[in-house]
Amino acid sequence: MPNIKAHQRSYITENFLFGQGADISDEASFLARGVLDSTGVLELVLFLEETYSIRIPDDELLPDNLDSLNAIEAYVRRKLDGGVHAVALAHASP
Amino acid sequence: MLLHNQFEASAEQSPDKVALSVDDQCHTYAQIDQMSARLATTLQRRGVKRGDRVALFLPNSAEMVVGIYAALRVGAIFMPINPQTKPEKLHYILQDSTPTCMITDACLTSAWEEVIRRASSPHTVIISGQGSEHAPLARPFLTFAAATASDDGRVSCPGTIDQDIAAIIYTSGSTGDPKGVMLTHLNMVSAANSISTYLGLREQDTILCALPLSFDYGLYQILMAFKIAARVVLEQSFAFPVKILEIMEREEVTVFPGVPTMFSMLMGLESLARFGLPKLRMITNTAAALPERHIKEIQNLFPQARLFSMYGLTECKRVTYLPPEQLAIRPGSVGRGMPNEEVYLIDEHGNRLPPGSTGELVVRGSNVMRGYWGKPGETAKRLKPGPYPGEFVLHTGDLFRMDDEGYLYFLSRMDDIIKSRGEKVAPKEVETVLYSLEGVLEAAVVGVPDPLLGEAVKACLVLKPGYAYTEREVVKFCLAHLESFLAPKYVVFVPTLPKTNTGKIDKTALKRHSADTGGG
Repeated sequence: MPNIKAHQRSYITENFLFGQGADISDEASFLARGVLDSTGVLELVLFLEETYSIRIPDDELLPDNLDSLNAIEAYVRRKLDGGVHAVALAHASP
Repeated sequence: MLLHNQFEASAEQSPDKVALSVDDQCHTYAQIDQMSARLATTLQRRGVKRGDRVALFLPNSAEMVVGIYAALRVGAIFMPINPQTKPEKLHYILQDSTPTCMITDACLTSAWEEVIRRASSPHTVIISGQGSEHAPLARPFLTFAAATASDDGRVSCPGTIDQDIAAIIYTSGSTGDPKGVMLTHLNMVSAANSISTYLGLREQDTILCALPLSFDYGLYQILMAFKIAARVVLEQSFAFPVKILEIMEREEVTVFPGVPTMFSMLMGLESLARFGLPKLRMITNTAAALPERHIKEIQNLFPQARLFSMYGLTECKRVTYLPPEQLAIRPGSVGRGMPNEEVYLIDEHGNRLPPGSTGELVVRGSNVMRGYWGKPGETAKRLKPGPYPGEFVLHTGDLFRMDDEGYLYFLSRMDDIIKSRGEKVAPKEVETVLYSLEGVLEAAVVGVPDPLLGEAVKACLVLKPGYAYTEREVVKFCLAHLESFLAPKYVVFVPTLPKTNTGKIDKTALKRHSADTGGG
């Protein structure tokens, strides 16, 4: 299993934090800290899809899955494991 | 009538009604009223006086809302600042406006820490959020919790009248430096009354606001809802649109204000059709006109909702709106002036033009700003004498066509401001950063049409001999120094830039060329 958190930390730090300010903690919300905005989230999704060969449908495009390093790690692991479903909207499945 | 009087009346009439839902928490009118009264007492005790500036560098939150009303209650001027603001710009805004108090959040520490350390003002810093008690700061500060804890004392009347400034909202200008738009209580009460009248907002409405409160139309969602005791569901951003839809369904949202970028994102969602949103009765769009194709799609997706297409400027809040029943007749129009406001076109000599003409749009009304903070020269370019002695009207700098029945069609800005994602991008601000790249010889920034962003920022660079950058390197450099909406989406490297007779870079030619050749 790849070291998802370390990889994502360096991606976020390099692409969105630019070495400015303190390091981002595992649980910090990207949105609350102003690290990501709408376009940033879309960039992050593309990066995750390419890096881990996963597909992120838009009903999984949720803060619970993507808004912190902890959330991303857990989400990507669930996707890679395949068997366990990621957090999706409860009512979204038909 | 002062701006906060409208809220106070709602708090007195409907104390137990939920005013604000944010982060899964509900706040009643009485709670917001009490919190802002307590914060106001603290501000007064700390020496914040009538006319002082109070900077609110906060994400969309209950603290932001409480901060707005606390500042107003002590007669101070509130200044909402976008939480994405980078340290350089924050430094400029604080130097320009010299606030005596700043209210911010611990999660934004990396943006304000260094700025506050070297700034001479504000004298009072209040920090909300987790970890606020351990904030690294050289000067004494208060936590938001402490500042709103005590119930001792009452706010003494500061003597505010409706000619006093209620808010300063910073906006980008063509000169590059952000300009602080000064809005009086009268300006804001007038705009809030006119807009909520033509929209027909009701007390039973639940408004979902995912626009930043630092953006005037986001801010007005609070002001208008609190005027009539409606409820606002406040979200920090539209970055996770499916989450927004889910909340709209759960909270039975009736009103959704947006900007074209949000509607583009919604239309790109596969799962949109799953959300019925039967309660949604009104959608409002501002910042830039919706493409006609999008208007049709929105109407097909949400047939239950009336769609208001609108146009405005921070300098007067709202200029025009198109009544929904006119959409089918003139979908390309942004409508006519709102109630208690007059709009007309002038030629280059300032002569008033009849319907059917094309010219610069002028706005006359109680909603027109008092000027730009500390910038009399810039103010004089926009505010010019009106028909009666002592009156000023707003020359918008925007070019419009007016049809025979008085409906307006936006043509272009008279200067080169780019509107991307509903935000104003001053090319000069981006160019300044590009020019700080060592290898850049010449830089010109223009807007190119973009289906998602409205306009996308495109940088055209001439490099010095011996230098080479990739597009991504330039974008990353800009992102490190500018808010993300200011950073170019496209970067092209060219051997030369077109010039005018006087040797200035010819933006018109460049734009024409960029539009012909597309974004890339």
